[in-house]
Amino acid sequence: MALKMVKGSIDRMFDKNLQDLVRGIRNHKEDEAKYISQCIDEIKQELKQDNIAVKANAVCKLTYLQMLGYDISWAAFNIIEVMSASKFTFKRIGYLAASQCFHEGTDVIMLTTNQIRKDLSSPNQYDTGVALTGLSCFVTPDLARDLANDIMTLMSHTKPYIRKKAVLIMYKVFLKYPESLRPAFPRLKEKLEDPDPGVQSAAVNVICELARRNPKNYLSLAPLFFKLMTSSTNNWVLIKIIKLFGALTPLEPRLGKKLIEPLTNLIHSTSAMSLLYECVNTVILCVQKLRILIEDSDQNLKYLGLLAMSKILKTHPKSVQSHKDLILQCLDDKDESIRLRALDLLYGMVSKKNLMEIVKKLMIHVDKAEGTTYRDELLTKIIDICSQSNYQYITNFEWYISILVELTRLEGTRHGHLIAAQMLDVAIRVKAIRKFAVSQMAMLLDNAHLIASNTQRNGICEVLYAAAWICGEFSEHLEEANQTLEAMLRPKVTTLPGHIQAVYVQNMVKLYASILQQKEQSGEKEAAQEITQLMIERLPQFVQSADLEVQERASCILQLIKYIQKLQIKEVPVAEEVIALFAGELNPVAPKAQKKVPVPEGLDLDAWINEPPSDSESEDEKPKTIFHDEEQRPSRHKQPEIDEEELARRREARKQEQANNPFYIKSSPSPQKRYQDTPGVEHIPVVQIDLSVPLKVPGMPMSDQYVKLEEERRHKQKLEKDKKKKKQKKEKRGKHHRHNSLHTESEEDIAPAHHVDIITEEMPENALPSDEDDKDPNDPYKALDIDLDKPLADSEKLPVQRHRNAENLKSPDSEAPLAEKKSKKPKKKEKKHKEKERDKGKKKEKEKKVVEEEEEKKVILQDMRSKSSKHKKKKHKKEKEEKSKDKKKSKKKHHHSEEEATESVQNGTLDDEPLPVSSSALATLTYDIQGNLQNDSQVTVSVIFENKSTSFLKSMELNVLDSLNTKMLRPEGSSVHDGIPVPFQLPPGMTSFVSLICACSVDGGGTSSCCLGNDEGSTHEKLDFKLHFSCASYLITTPCYSDAFAKLLESGDLHMSSIKVDGISISFQHLLAKICFHHHFSVVERVDSCASMYSRSIQGHHVCLLVKKGENSVSVDGKCSDSTLLSNLLDEMKETLSTC
Amino acid sequence: MISAILVFNNHGKPRLVRFYQRLAEEVQQQIIRETFHLVLKRDDHICNFLECGSLFGGPDYKLIYRHYATLYFVFCVDSSESELGILDLIQVFVETLDKCFENVCELDLIFHMDKVHYILQEVVIGGMVLETNMNEIVAQAEAQSKLEKTEGGLSAAPSRAVSAVKNINLPEIPRNINIGDINIKVPNLSQFV
Repeated sequence: MALKMVKGSIDRMFDKNLQDLVRGIRNHKEDEAKYISQCIDEIKQELKQDNIAVKANAVCKLTYLQMLGYDISWAAFNIIEVMSASKFTFKRIGYLAASQCFHEGTDVIMLTTNQIRKDLSSPNQYDTGVALTGLSCFVTPDLARDLANDIMTLMSHTKPYIRKKAVLIMYKVFLKYPESLRPAFPRLKEKLEDPDPGVQSAAVNVICELARRNPKNYLSLAPLFFKLMTSSTNNWVLIKIIKLFGALTPLEPRLGKKLIEPLTNLIHSTSAMSLLYECVNTVILCVQKLRILIEDSDQNLKYLGLLAMSKILKTHPKSVQSHKDLILQCLDDKDESIRLRALDLLYGMVSKKNLMEIVKKLMIHVDKAEGTTYRDELLTKIIDICSQSNYQYITNFEWYISILVELTRLEGTRHGHLIAAQMLDVAIRVKAIRKFAVSQMAMLLDNAHLIASNTQRNGICEVLYAAAWICGEFSEHLEEANQTLEAMLRPKVTTLPGHIQAVYVQNMVKLYASILQQKEQSGEKEAAQEITQLMIERLPQFVQSADLEVQERASCILQLIKYIQKLQIKEVPVAEEVIALFAGELNPVAPKAQKKVPVPEGLDLDAWINEPPSDSESEDEKPKTIFHDEEQRPSRHKQPEIDEEELARRREARKQEQANNPFYIKSSPSPQKRYQDTPGVEHIPVVQIDLSVPLKVPGMPMSDQYVKLEEERRHKQKLEKDKKKKKQKKEKRGKHHRHNSLHTESEEDIAPAHHVDIITEEMPENALPSDEDDKDPNDPYKALDIDLDKPLADSEKLPVQRHRNAENLKSPDSEAPLAEKKSKKPKKKEKKHKEKERDKGKKKEKEKKVVEEEEEKKVILQDMRSKSSKHKKKKHKKEKEEKSKDKKKSKKKHHHSEEEATESVQNGTLDDEPLPVSSSALATLTYDIQGNLQNDSQVTVSVIFENKSTSFLKSMELNVLDSLNTKMLRPEGSSVHDGIPVPFQLPPGMTSFVSLICACSVDGGGTSSCCLGNDEGSTHEKLDFKLHFSCASYLITTPCYSDAFAKLLESGDLHMSSIKVDGISISFQHLLAKICFHHHFSVVERVDSCASMYSRSIQGHHVCLLVKKGENSVSVDGKCSDSTLLSNLLDEMKETLSTC
Repeated sequence: MISAILVFNNHGKPRLVRFYQRLAEEVQQQIIRETFHLVLKRDDHICNFLECGSLFGGPDYKLIYRHYATLYFVFCVDSSESELGILDLIQVFVETLDKCFENVCELDLIFHMDKVHYILQEVVIGGMVLETNMNEIVAQAEAQSKLEKTEGGLSAAPSRAVSAVKNINLPEIPRNINIGDINIKVPNLSQFV
C-alpha cells in the first residue's frame, strides 16, 4: 500500500503540469496539433488514475486546451470528480473547468446538484465562493429550481464576500427559473441597504439588470434608489443607479424633475469622466455640453458624445440639427466607429431642405471609402435616409432614381438587393416617375455587361432584377422597346443568377407583347414577325438553363411564341390577346398585410374542425351517421380509378421529361450531339459587344444635374410664391406687411417637383393597427415581467430540499420542467388580464360620468358582459397554450357597435353574465361577487344598477340583512338596520354600480337578502333581492405547479369527497373551461381525458380536483383542507355540470 | 451584462478566454479571430469602442478594449454597462494582475492562465461586475492562494525540481521573461473608489 503511494507520487513527478504543457506547446510550433493530441492522450491516462491530485492536474491542463479551442466536454464526468474533491485547490480547478465547458446540454450536470449544495453550505467561505462562481456560469433551470432556496439563504450569510456573490447569482437564477423572482425579491430589496458597499453594489447591479427589461415593475423602488444616489460614493454604483433612472424616467415623468438637482450636483462635483458622461447622458438636454465632448481631442469622448447625441435626437431633433456641421465633420474622421456613429445621426437629421446636400456628401464618401464594409454601411444609410418615413423628405424622385443608378456603380457590394428593392418600390408606388424610371432601367439593361461583369461575387447584379421587371411591367413607357428587348436576349444574360434570369424571361414577354401591339397597330406586319422570330431564336438559350424556374418559364413562353408565330403567318391579329395576358396592375402590398388579415367573426382557429378521434374508437368501426357513410364510400372507390389513368399518363409524361432533360443520361444518345442541336448555342460566338458604349455608363452621374435643376426649381418656386404674396400684400397692405417680408424657406414651402402620388401599400380590409408586431415572443426576459408588488401567495414559496418518497422518484425529472413551462404562461397572462380589467374598470367609471347618450350606455353594459365572455375565452386558450390575438380584437370591436357586442354574447357558448337578481319597471339590478385579494375573509360585491325608467332615480338606499355567515362591512357607527345611501343619482337609461364589502366565513355558500329602497318624491319603490354567495366567489384562481400540487396531495391532511355527473355531452376541453370559469379553478395538468385542477379560497384553503371524463359522464374527486367548503363546492359544481 | 472577456496578444494568440454565454468551441475561436482582426486594424489613438454588430448577436453589444504593450484586453458588453465604466474596469483588472504577479507581463498570463481566471473571478462573475475595489480583489485573491499553499498546492515542491530536470531536454526556453511591461498609464480616466 505504502509502496503504491510512493510509486504514485513518483509517477506524478513526471506528469506534465500546466506550465510544462504550455512550454511544450511553445516548443512545438510546427506540429502543435500533433503535440496537443499527444498531450490529450496523456491526460486521458491521467484521468484514469485514482489519485485526485493527478486528476486535478489533468483537468487544469484541459482548461488550457479549451481556451485554444479544443472541446473538452468528454471529460465532464472527471471534472465533476475534481469538483467534489475535499481540498480547495482541486475543487477550484474543477469548478473553473466546469464554468468553461458546462452548459444546459451537459447531461452529467444533474449529478452536481448535491455536491454544489454541499459546497454552498461549507463552513469555508472560499468553498462556497468557488461554488457560487461556478454556478454563475453553468446554472440550468433544474439547478436553479433546486438551489434557489439555498442561494437565497446565502444572501444573508455573515460574510459579505458570500453575500455579494449570492446576490449576483440570484439574477442568473431568476433568468432560468422566473418563479423564484417574487419570493426572493423582498430579500434582494433588503440588500440594497446592506452595510457592506460591495453587497449593496451587487444588489443595485441585479435590480438594474432586471429593471432594464421591465422597468415598470420597479418604479416603486425609485425612492430607495434616490436615497442611495445621494448617499453612495461608489462611482460604479452611481453609474448603475443613474442608468436605472434613465430607464424609469420615461415611465414616471415626475421623476425627471426630482433628479435634476442631484444630477447637477454630481456633474459639478465628480472628477470621474465616466460618471459625468452617464449623468449628462441621462439629463441629455445639455446638447451644448455634448458639443464640447465631440470636439474633444479624446476619441473616446467624441464617440460617446455622438452616442448621446443620437439619444437626444429621438426627443429633440431640432436641437441636434443645429450641429449638422460638426456631425458631417465627423464623417471625415479616421476612426470607423466614429464615422458609423455620425452616419447614424445623419439619419435623423435630414429634412426636405438638406437631404440632397447630405446625400451628395455621402456619395462622395462612398467614392472615397476603402473597406467594403464601411462602403456598404454608407450605401445602406443612404437608402435608409432617403426612404425613411415613406420618402417623406424626397422632393424630386428623378434625383433619387439617379442616385440609385449611380449606386449601381459600386462593385462588390453585398447590398444590390437593397438598391433593387428601392427601385421597384419607387417605380411601383410613385406613378409620376415611371416614365423616367423605365428609361433609366432600360439604360441599365443595355449596360448590363458592366454591372454583371463578375456575377459570382457581385451582389450588384441584383439591380438587373429590378430593372428587368420595371421595363417589362411598365413597357408602355419604353421608348425603344426593341432595343431593350434585344438587350435582354443577349447570351451574356445566361451568366446571371437563376432568379434574375427568370425575371428576365417573364418580362421579355411583357415587352414583346407591347412591341407586338405597337407594330400591329401601325400595320408593320413584317416588323412584328421579325420580333417574333427574334424571340424564337434567342429563347432556347434559357430553355437550357440549369435553373428550373428559368427553364420552365422559358419553355412555356417559347411554345406560346411559336403558336403566335403560326397565327401571324395566317395573318391573324394576336397582339390584343397577348397583351391580355398581362392585363391589370399590380399593387404594392404591405409586408405585414398577411398577418393583419382579421379573423372573421365567429371563426375559432383553435376549435377542431372534426372532433379529434378518440383512442377507444377502432378504425373499422362504422361511421355513425348516414352523412359520413355517403361521403366516404365514393372517395374510397375513386382512388384506384384515378391511379390507373394517372399512372399511364404519368409514365408518358416521365418519358417525355426524360427525353427533354439534358441531365438524364440513360436513354439519350449522346449528350454532345444534343448540345450541338440546340439552336441557342450557335449564337454563342456571335456575341455582339457594343463597342460604342463608353466605359462609363452613359448619363449616370446625373444626380448632380438634378440637384442643380431642383435648386433652380425651388428658387423659381420661391420667387413665384413671393410674387403671389406680394400681390396679396398689395391687396391686403396693412399689418402683415413686415411679417411677410421676413419670409424664410421653411420645410412646408418646398413643394415636390411634380405631383407625386405615393401609393400606400395595401393592407387587408379591417386590418387592425397593432403595436405588438415588433415584440419577440421568445424574449427570455419576458418571463421576468412579474408584478412584484402583489403579496406572495403560499404556492409561490421556493422549493425546499426535502426527502423524496418513492412516489416522487418515480416521476422522471424531465417531466417536471415540462409541466412547469405549461403553467408559466397562464400565470403571466392572467396577471396581464387582471390589470387590463382593472384599467377597464377605471375607464368605465370615467365613461359613465361623461357619456350621456342612451345607446352608448348600453354598450358599456354589454361590454361588461362581453368582457366576462372574454374572460372565459382566455381560460379556454390557456389550456391550449396558444396565443391568439383575437380576444383583443373582439374587445375592440365591442366598442364599435352595440349589435356586434350582443351578437358575440350570443355566439359565445360559455357566456356567463352577472346574474340579474331583481328587476322592476324602474330598474334592474345585477351583481357580481369576487374574492378580495388583500383581505382573506372578505369578498367584494358589485351591485350594478340600470335605470329603465324615463326619469331620474334619486336617493336610492341599500338595506342589507346579514345572514348567519355573511356580514356586510358597514361604516363605523352605523347600525345593522341603517340603510346605505347609494352615492349617486341615476339618470334615465343609465347604469352604474356600487361595491359593498362583506365579511364572511368561507364554509360554504350563503345568502344575504337586501332590499333597495327608492324614494323619489312621489313614488317609493322597494326592490328585494337576495345575494347568493356561491363557493366559487370565495375561490381565487391561483396557478399551481404540478410538483407543488403533488406535494399538496401527499401531505395527507386533506379531506376527500367526490361526485359523478351523467349525461355530459360537451367536450372535455369545454368542460374544463367551464369549471375554470364558473368555479375559479386553474388546470394544473391535463392528460387525455383526465385533468388535475387547483384553486385556493380567500382564507387559504387549498382545493384540488381530479376531473375524469368517461363516455357520457364526468367524475370529480376533490380534496380540500376544509370539508364543508369542499362539499358545498362539489354540490355547486354538480349543478353547473348537470346543465351542460 | 458582460458577455465575454477576451485577452489575446498582438498576434491574436488567446491568453484568457471567458465567455459568459455558452458557445461552442469553434464559435468561440471564430469570435476571437474576428475580434482580433477588428481591433488590430485600429491604431492606438482612436477610440476604444467598437460596434461589433452581428458578431455577438445584436446591435446591443459593443466591444470595449484596451491595448497594453503586447496584449489586448477586450470586453464585450451590452448597453446596460457604462462604456467608460468598463474602460476603468479593464484598468482595475490589469492593475490587479500587476499587483498579484508583481510586474505582470505576457508570460505570466501564458503560464498561469488558471491564476488569471481566479483573479478575474473576483472581479466579474457570471457576466456581472462583482467588485471594483482593487484592494478588496487583491485581498481575496491572496487569501485563496494562501489557502492553497496550506493545502500543499497542486504542484508541491518535488515537481518543481522535476520540471527543472524535464527542461534539460528542451532546446530553447525563453530566458528573457520580460517581454515588455504592460503600460498601465492611462490619462484622462479616473479610478474607481
